[in-house]
Amino acid sequence: MAMFDPEALPLIFAALMGVSILLYVVLDGFDLGVGLLFPFAEEAERDRMIASIGPFWDANETWLVLAIGILLVAFPVAHGDILTALYLPVAVMLIGLILRGVAFEFRAKAPLGHKRPWDAAFWAGSLMTALAQGFMLGMYVMGLEWTWPKVAFAALTAGALAVAYSFIGAAWVILKTDGVLQRKAVDWAKGGIWGMVLGMGAVSVATPLVSARIFDKWFRFPEIVALAPLPLMSGLLVALLWIALRRLPTANDSFAWFPFAGAVVLMVLGFFGMAYSFYPYIVPEQLTIWDAAASTESLSIILVGTLVVLPMILGYTVLAYVIFRGKATKLSYD
Amino acid sequence: MDTLLLSRIQFAANISFHILFPTITIALGWVLLFFKLRFNRTGERKWMDLYLFWVKVFALSFALGVVSGITMSFQFGTNWPGFMEVVGNVAGPLLAYEVLTAFFLEAVFLGIMLFGASRVPGWLHTLATFLVAFGTTMSAFWILVLNSWMHTPVGHELRDGIVHAVDWWAIIFNPSMPYRLSHMLLASGLTVAFLIAGLSAWRWLRGHRGAEVETGLRFGVILGAVLIPIQILAGDMHGLNTLEHQPAKVAAMEGNWETQGNVPLLLFALPDEETRSNAFEVGIPSMASVILKHDPAGVVPGLNDFITAEGEVMHPPVAPVFWSFRVMVGIGMLMLVISWAGAWMLWRRGVEGMPRPYLWGLTGMTFAGWGATLAGWYTTEIGRQPWLVQGVLTVEQAVGDIAGGMVLSTLLAYVAIYVALLAAYVGVIFHLARKGGRYDAPVASPGMQPAE
Repeated sequence: MAMFDPEALPLIFAALMGVSILLYVVLDGFDLGVGLLFPFAEEAERDRMIASIGPFWDANETWLVLAIGILLVAFPVAHGDILTALYLPVAVMLIGLILRGVAFEFRAKAPLGHKRPWDAAFWAGSLMTALAQGFMLGMYVMGLEWTWPKVAFAALTAGALAVAYSFIGAAWVILKTDGVLQRKAVDWAKGGIWGMVLGMGAVSVATPLVSARIFDKWFRFPEIVALAPLPLMSGLLVALLWIALRRLPTANDSFAWFPFAGAVVLMVLGFFGMAYSFYPYIVPEQLTIWDAAASTESLSIILVGTLVVLPMILGYTVLAYVIFRGKATKLSYD
Repeated sequence: MDTLLLSRIQFAANISFHILFPTITIALGWVLLFFKLRFNRTGERKWMDLYLFWVKVFALSFALGVVSGITMSFQFGTNWPGFMEVVGNVAGPLLAYEVLTAFFLEAVFLGIMLFGASRVPGWLHTLATFLVAFGTTMSAFWILVLNSWMHTPVGHELRDGIVHAVDWWAIIFNPSMPYRLSHMLLASGLTVAFLIAGLSAWRWLRGHRGAEVETGLRFGVILGAVLIPIQILAGDMHGLNTLEHQPAKVAAMEGNWETQGNVPLLLFALPDEETRSNAFEVGIPSMASVILKHDPAGVVPGLNDFITAEGEVMHPPVAPVFWSFRVMVGIGMLMLVISWAGAWMLWRRGVEGMPRPYLWGLTGMTFAGWGATLAGWYTTEIGRQPWLVQGVLTVEQAVGDIAGGMVLSTLLAYVAIYVALLAAYVGVIFHLARKGGRYDAPVASPGMQPAE
């Protein structure tokens, strides 16, 4: 099958995987963030917070399955290397995802007395997932080596990502609710934004220090001039978010969308920064995307399906967000 | 214990827990669509009551299926890196098509199906219900294509020890796929039939005598009575297909050590791999030959044919396959007796005339489909050992180099959580049944109006 340029295929799949990871971090990020904020909310507020993510969380989580699926099918060798190196944090994340996902259903269907334990499971599952993902991010940046300083750095990014998720979660609650809960969410967002700044700062400082190659990519001339807007824009956006959070909520609910949009843009900027750093490697400094790619004929047949189906997936995902637009109301099956 | 054995137990634990929930959702999605269409057509409240009760069970089962499925997709990389390295060129596209054509479809439209009834037009809600049912079935299709290819691999060639796809049509429609897919879809239908019949019987016994409980009971019993003979036929054809492609598995199922004619159908035996013979055999003379070869003198392959010249055992462990097969068939026969007896009583006397012991029997069979499905999967999967992909890759070649202690720790964590969730699931299902699921909203609620 010579439909696609064999040299371009691994690059296309790396881009698809990157987009899936980005979508996952943004979309499930706000679900997980809502879970992390559970201990700060009253019982009735929790029901409303759940209602704001109930119709979406399952599809949001599916982006993780697609991302790991692309890693699995397009880069089989890297898939084994990365996942065996991250064996324990992956297991922690999976158990967290299980607890979080089933708690959605059990808290609403179990006998009333069991609701609080299931709320606790929802929070614990969200926390395990967020910490494990942050830990894996840190280990990846550090080249997947289990030495004490590197594990310590991963522990830092674990905490930072969890707080960053709580920030985007709070921003989602600001967008989807009103009244007392919305005012509370503004306070949560003010606390959470520093996790985002800390996490992005730590990764930005550490990545070039770990690898001379990455240092060179960022700080040689003329790249440094072209890349300067990335951190500058991030800084400006953080400042704007802070100003907005001090004034929210507004009387007519204007700008309730801004913290969420700002958080998404920040995550996109951070993502492009990381993608630029690690390209062309998929296992940091060891395997490039071309070394790890599956055979051309297999990638071609997956790409055909992807090109047909992905626009449909995006289409009905948008449909779901349109149907459940506006402030969250009580969830019911009828 | 070594890493290989622990990794196998971990995979078995994960996939056993996972398959329980798709087994319910695959068929229950279609059943819900049926209830909804009946309501659209007749406007009878009992159909909406049934829909609203069983959609809760569906949502709960779906969530458990999703989260345990995600665990599965990571297991390939964490514990079995050799699998994707060797057969990734075939397995990869099949798994990718499952995610692309099924996962997103069911996940997105599930939100609309569950919570969109008051927000979207009735036709869109019915369409969402259809798309969720279709998505779960597509998911089953792709995963059974891959699983069947692992049992009967064709359409590929080996280059430097790596599998490359040559003919996708042959890979997808590999020899065992049609049989395995039908067998599994019917298993799902039977699981749901007995789940609905059993839970409805229990509600009836507890005094819930509403039209929706009666109709549910009737529906479950009749669905079971219709599907079970088809399943027995499909299972028999699947067995003959296995005899052709994986004779060692059939030899283990029959507990047959020597290739010979007039092989008895063993009802009981204790297969012993040390002595390579059975103790305490009770069987029907020549019956296995009749079933497998349609001839009492028909020669059936025996396990001793699958020992290499170096003495290496290339057949599956005998006792687990032998017994899993008997458990599956036993539950199947019980299903046949119970559902046909129930259908006869419904025809003669209706639900009112069903004796209490029979209703308790049905209640006891609520999760019988799970037992038969698991036993069937153990038969076919343990029956493939020592191979992971028949004739291409052994499990030993594919296992990842992870410290045994690490696998043990995650295995214990998974098992603990699965046991707790299973108890919670069964508890909540009976709690929902106790509460009843009456449809008290005004019939004129938007989106749920019967079609004119």
